[in-house]
Amino acid sequence: MERLHWVWHRCQTLMGRESGQGWYSSTDGLPNKNSLDTQCSPHRVSGKRRTVFAHQGPHQHEYEAVSKNYKGNAIRTTKYRLLTFIPMNLFQQFRRAANLYFLFLALLNWVPVVEAFQKEITMIPLLVVLTVIAIKDALEDYRRYLYDKKVNNNDVRVFCGKQKEYVEQCWKDVRVGDFICLSCNEIIPADMLLLYSSDPRGVCYIETANLDGETNLKQRQVIPGLPLQGGEFTPENFHSRIECENPNNNFSRFRGYMEHSSGVRVGLHNNNLLLRSCTIRNTETVIGIVIYAGHETKAMMNNSGPRYKCSHLEKRLNTDVLWCVALLIIMCLTAAVGHALWLKNIKDPVFVIDVETPPALAGFYIFWTMIIVLQVLIPISLYVSIEIVKLGQIYFIHNDIDLYNELLDSRIQCRALNITEDLGQIQYLFSDKTGTLTENNMVFRRCSIFGVEYPHEENARRLEVCAVENKAAGHTMTLRPQPEPVPSTATWKEPHSLSEKEVVPDPELVKKLNWFCSPVLPLKEGSSGTSSSLELTYITDFFLALTICNSVVVSSSSQPRHVVPEARMPLKSLEEIKMMFQRFSFSPFTALSTLSPHQVKGSPRSFTSRLFTRGKTEFLTSSTPPNSSTSETDPGKESNLETSILRDKVDLPSQEKGGNSGPVEDDIKDAKTTDICCGAGPDLETDYDSDADDDLLYEAESPDEAALVHAARAYRCTLRGRSAESLLVDLPGIGSLSVQLLHILPFDSNRRRMSVVVRHPLTGQVVVYTKGADSVIMDLAETPKGDDQAQEIDCHIKEQTQKHLDSYAREGLRTLCIAKKVLEEEEYEVWLRRHVLAESSIDHREELLLESAERLETNLTLLGTTGIVDRLQEEVPETIEALQRAGIKVWILTGDKQETAINIAYACKLLGPYDQLLRANCGSKEACSAFLDELKLEVQHGQESLTDGVEAEDHEESSSRSFILVIDGKTLDWALQEELQSDFVELSRKCKAVICCRSTPLQKSQVVRLIRDQLRVMTLAVGDGANDVSMIQMADVGIGISGQEGLQAVMSSDFAVSRFKHLSKLLLVHGHWCYFRLANMILYFIYKNVMYVNLLFWYQFFCGFSGSVMTNAWVLIFFNLLFTSIPPLIYGILDRDLPADSLMAVPELYQNSHTSKLHLPYMFWITVLDAFYQSLICFFIPYFALTGSDVGVLSFGSPINASALLIVLLHQVLESHTLTWIHVLVLLLSGGSYFGFVLLFSVYCVTCSPPTNPVGVETLQMSQPLFFIICAITTVTALLPRMFFQALHNTVLCSAALNSSHLDKVESEKYRQRMQHWNRGHSKGNRLSVCVDNPGLEASAASVVS
Amino acid sequence: MMASSYNAKDEDGHISVSGPGGGALRSKKPENTAFKQQRLPAWQPILTAGTVLPAFFIIGLIFIPIGIGLYVTSNNIKEFEIDYTGVDMSSPCFNCSQNFSWNSTRPCTCTIPFYLEQSYENNVFMYYGLSNFYQNHRRYVKSRDDSQLNGDVNSLQYPSKECEPYAYHDNKPIAPCGAIANSMFNDTLELFYHPNGTKVPVPLTATGIAWWADKHVKFRNPGENQNLTAVFQGTSKPVNWRRPVYELDYDPLNNGFINEDFIVWMRTAALPTFRKLYRIINKKDNMVPTLQRGNYTLEVVYNFPVRSFEGRKRMILSTISWMGGKNPFLGIAYITVGSVCFFLGVVLLLIHHKYGNRNNSADISN
Repeated sequence: MERLHWVWHRCQTLMGRESGQGWYSSTDGLPNKNSLDTQCSPHRVSGKRRTVFAHQGPHQHEYEAVSKNYKGNAIRTTKYRLLTFIPMNLFQQFRRAANLYFLFLALLNWVPVVEAFQKEITMIPLLVVLTVIAIKDALEDYRRYLYDKKVNNNDVRVFCGKQKEYVEQCWKDVRVGDFICLSCNEIIPADMLLLYSSDPRGVCYIETANLDGETNLKQRQVIPGLPLQGGEFTPENFHSRIECENPNNNFSRFRGYMEHSSGVRVGLHNNNLLLRSCTIRNTETVIGIVIYAGHETKAMMNNSGPRYKCSHLEKRLNTDVLWCVALLIIMCLTAAVGHALWLKNIKDPVFVIDVETPPALAGFYIFWTMIIVLQVLIPISLYVSIEIVKLGQIYFIHNDIDLYNELLDSRIQCRALNITEDLGQIQYLFSDKTGTLTENNMVFRRCSIFGVEYPHEENARRLEVCAVENKAAGHTMTLRPQPEPVPSTATWKEPHSLSEKEVVPDPELVKKLNWFCSPVLPLKEGSSGTSSSLELTYITDFFLALTICNSVVVSSSSQPRHVVPEARMPLKSLEEIKMMFQRFSFSPFTALSTLSPHQVKGSPRSFTSRLFTRGKTEFLTSSTPPNSSTSETDPGKESNLETSILRDKVDLPSQEKGGNSGPVEDDIKDAKTTDICCGAGPDLETDYDSDADDDLLYEAESPDEAALVHAARAYRCTLRGRSAESLLVDLPGIGSLSVQLLHILPFDSNRRRMSVVVRHPLTGQVVVYTKGADSVIMDLAETPKGDDQAQEIDCHIKEQTQKHLDSYAREGLRTLCIAKKVLEEEEYEVWLRRHVLAESSIDHREELLLESAERLETNLTLLGTTGIVDRLQEEVPETIEALQRAGIKVWILTGDKQETAINIAYACKLLGPYDQLLRANCGSKEACSAFLDELKLEVQHGQESLTDGVEAEDHEESSSRSFILVIDGKTLDWALQEELQSDFVELSRKCKAVICCRSTPLQKSQVVRLIRDQLRVMTLAVGDGANDVSMIQMADVGIGISGQEGLQAVMSSDFAVSRFKHLSKLLLVHGHWCYFRLANMILYFIYKNVMYVNLLFWYQFFCGFSGSVMTNAWVLIFFNLLFTSIPPLIYGILDRDLPADSLMAVPELYQNSHTSKLHLPYMFWITVLDAFYQSLICFFIPYFALTGSDVGVLSFGSPINASALLIVLLHQVLESHTLTWIHVLVLLLSGGSYFGFVLLFSVYCVTCSPPTNPVGVETLQMSQPLFFIICAITTVTALLPRMFFQALHNTVLCSAALNSSHLDKVESEKYRQRMQHWNRGHSKGNRLSVCVDNPGLEASAASVVS
Repeated sequence: MMASSYNAKDEDGHISVSGPGGGALRSKKPENTAFKQQRLPAWQPILTAGTVLPAFFIIGLIFIPIGIGLYVTSNNIKEFEIDYTGVDMSSPCFNCSQNFSWNSTRPCTCTIPFYLEQSYENNVFMYYGLSNFYQNHRRYVKSRDDSQLNGDVNSLQYPSKECEPYAYHDNKPIAPCGAIANSMFNDTLELFYHPNGTKVPVPLTATGIAWWADKHVKFRNPGENQNLTAVFQGTSKPVNWRRPVYELDYDPLNNGFINEDFIVWMRTAALPTFRKLYRIINKKDNMVPTLQRGNYTLEVVYNFPVRSFEGRKRMILSTISWMGGKNPFLGIAYITVGSVCFFLGVVLLLIHHKYGNRNNSADISN
């Protein structure tokens, strides 16, 4: 059945595409779609490309020829038109199975020989459903229509060829090739290429919040090499031809080239494209040419509808429905055979009208008649009801105050509407680490440069304080709902930004940075506190890299989102400085020529820094301890010893070098200090310090970038501004420098690094700064050939840095390595040529660019590494513990290092102190296979020893000793292969948790799929970033954390929460409730239908199986449609088997639904049996009471119907776990509506509804005591067994569930407090085993056993 | 699959970031109301032995007396039944029953003597009972035209299609049309009392046997207050009938469609074995029982053929009570169910005693 639906779904999308109304794309099968696009679109002129000419330009002919097939900018997202609404809508609706079933029944009823009811009556269910859905569709469509109209009629200024100026036009009239002029804060009406920007650097900023929810500004660039760049742009003079790819839905990719009239081709890429529905920011005027319009824009093509996921319960339900179908067929066959036999045995009866029909044929007719009569048995209305119930459940989840984040002012977002109950059956939880378990609020923690570690103790202390405060706040927040008003959105960022910005510099490092500035210190060269100039070179390079190797956009807070004016750039003085510097630094150049070029290059930088920090020396030294011994006295610094050893080693060459160049250096220094520092320098500094320091806002793509920039800023290396061609940087002692930016090789997950190519402001060399994952950089950092000494230093640095990296990882820090490379001019030229080629190519651009980047990023010199701390979110350990107690296996899938991952796992108590770690790091497939076997054996042994020997021991202790598998990306690759899959699954099943580190997004999703498919369990994936998207989509339930990394994860998720801790309430309470509610409701619904239909079936035995019913047909139809339709809905939405407190306090209760005890097949059959029993009672008590009397057909049906209604309603009361006034009201209304309807009908319906004309029947019946006598005994007898067995069950098998629900309020409150207290106490010790006997738990367990 | 069909929510062409109900400018904090936070005060009917116990005993205590009452009432009802189908050779009606035809012109009469062992007080109801007659057959039940019976002149001329094949006869509309009317019970039953060898007819009242609503609302003669003969001019009598509908009775208030025998017949019976009220023997004065002990004869004009489908015909004399006719079943059922409840109550009491004490908090918690 699902299959069928899927086909429809696809059909729908396809048809939607063909008719051009909507370019919807579902998340899967992307390549598929693209190929489809290109195949089935007749209007693509030149195969895979599109050519665009200016609309108002001289190329009118070409324009006409080329552009007539391009779509206009009008959009129409409505599905229907006014005139065609009814046929279209009917067509849409009849593609649904349920409606087809109704239609089939209705049509069947039109066949005279099988007609069961009046023709109109069987139409009612169909009509009701069709009308309801049609109204819903119409409303939705109307809303879309209004929105379209609004959008289409937006004004925009379009260049008009005749008037030679920009005129206002509606969005819908914009055509491909139009020139569009936009001002600041206007929304882009179509995808267009940026031709002109009022910004002198030719950039413009856009905000893509409408597309992906990211509010940071993205920079777009004017197409390079336009003839009229700089001056006013004149559309008439635009003669170029644009070739670009056909419309597609890939936001991050755009390729094409622009061919000028001169024949020069300029490559176009994503950076030149302004996407529809983004907003122009920070730029006065922008002019662009439209290349995709309307439905062909990337924004429109990316619109995907809500996700469809089929819940497991629904799948199970389908089998139940199939059983119902089987039941129906059996019943109908019985009736058919019975009728045939009955007819055969009866001779010439006066009451049989149709005597000519042979019995067999009559039986065949009866079969179909019975299908109409017993149609209710197939719970079609159940599907509608389930939808409604799920909407109700979603409503309550959405409104849960516990899932509301005050800081972000965000509720939970429920994006998938139909898998609420899957939340209650999760068995495996796959979690991302960064941003999911942690805050993703990166704070610079420590760094290591030149192999020297700077522990930043102050920084650590400050972070600790921050964390404690935050945690306390988090605790109080969850303990009691805060009555005070929510802080406004403007202020929430405060704590974050504070902690991000306020990096306390390490005194040692500060001192080193300032070393040259102090006139005293250099004299003491050789003492432990001083460093070599080489080291200083490294340090300054390191900070310069931190400052510029990123894609951070700078704006100032006083003028939000506005580029820092460049007029303040003291270019003139800088030039002077540079000139001067080059004059003086001549000798160091020659002196250091023996060293490798990259080292040479660094040296003069250190000079300048030394020269120009002088002005600030007082300021800085005042804040740091004056003597170098402080670093040694700092407590808890293990690295000190090795640092000093290193220093000794390093000092060797530096001394030599110093000796070589010493006098010159001193000379220069002296000259400088006297010359400049006293002059222009200080003025410059103070100028900037005063007005700009706190004014800068950094908007980074990833939080660690921002953290690094802030860290650099703490050391006075400040990024002040950015344009496409240059970066404005403050350096300590130098002031503002404009760094010419040659290239940015942006971060991608394959390379795991990013680079900038700049022309060094001081040396003029081409320098590559690379920042990336440690493993990658360490591999790329190659020891330079040549000088032994340099090689030695380099090796030493690498060794030390690796050590530091490992220790950082153990601390749970994120590490990034910084490296650089100096390019020779020729080398650069060669590379540049190929790079430009790569950039301008249309096909395989990505591959070529990647290759190009890899060519550049070789032979790097390792500068150092940074450690960034990412705090755990509040209550993560508690949540994980609760989830584990609930029987959910928690896996961590992260791209981080093994040590980092393990550390985080410890911190969040996924790992207990007694847990045994199994590390799988294998190099080859064979090794991996062998290793997995080995581990399996080990686990088996471990478990056997536990089960054999430790029988007597407390079971808590044994359960706490479990295995944790830690597997790295490479090994995972092997393990995921066909042959090893089963081993891996086997092994991981036996482990309490699995940590996959260094895993790629693809691997994440593969792991999820493997577990989901092999173990057939419910999986949940939670993540926050783009790298989690595939995993989120793969899992049965995908949860996105709306965090710092944009909204990609959220957009692809089923539910989006803002904190990890919300998971516990979402799963343990809402999941549990939703599952129980829905499962119960489904059973109840099936029960109701079987019970009612059987009444009709039993009657067949007394009417010659002729398909007669003893009820008025209207009552029959309305019984399900009206009288008993609302109570199950209320039951499904509001029922609570256990209070939320108990569910949260005793997560073990969640396991009940794990094994789907509630909806096991036997529950279905018990329900059906009970329904059979009840229907037997409900039919035969009235039968025996009335048999032989003068009872008429309808009078006979009257008590049966009434008692059936009472039984059905009271049955629900018995089944309900809670009854509120809403339940009572709905039950009363339902009962009342039946009696009201029936009585009114019997009074006013005189000639209507033949043949079962009800006039006078019910009024007479209900005036007789016999009616009530029959109803009373029937109802009681029917419900007696269920009541009895329930009472018996509840008393004898007093379950934990029942017991905990009996924990009265006070007790549960006490219990919770105790738990929390205990948890907190243990978390201080930081070594909490997950299942160590919990006093509270034990108590409850004891009471459970009793 | 079907489920999804309803939720294949149509693709919205617009990008909306907010979830359902979101998007408000003010704080999105959910309201902290008992309803929205699902904290409505609720009664949790957790059924345990302790809580159910009283219910069982109360049910038992209520049902057993009711059952006894019903049983006694039912037993007090006097009922006499006589089968006059004439299956046996010895039966007086055997000869008549051999005639399977509806339209034999020669009336066949038979007389069945019987002896009433009890005297019948109060009003006595005289029923005819038919067995194996499926008046509830689907096609049979449908075969009528309610508008015609309600006096609609148009329907009189053009009977509903449902009446086929009993809608027209000789191109004339049949009134009343349909199979039900066509197969109307047409035996005449008369009762004679033989006190001392004499033959005294027992007075039978033919009115008041139909439901009030049927007689006054549902069934009406066409053309108010007109001569019935004129009104039914141009219609044909049902094929099996001996007389047209306007000659059913001499009393104008019991003739045509509002003839009560006809009305009673038209209310189709629920079960294949049924009885229908035929006449009422009204009590005359308080001193004399309505039917005294003694010899009676039942004189039957035997018209209604039932032997073709192995049916049976009976004549029933019965008094009735507040709960209807004689039926011991309900009384027995009530007593049984009441006892079972009582027994289960005892069982639960034992169980409660055994298990219930441990969780003393088994009261209904909030």
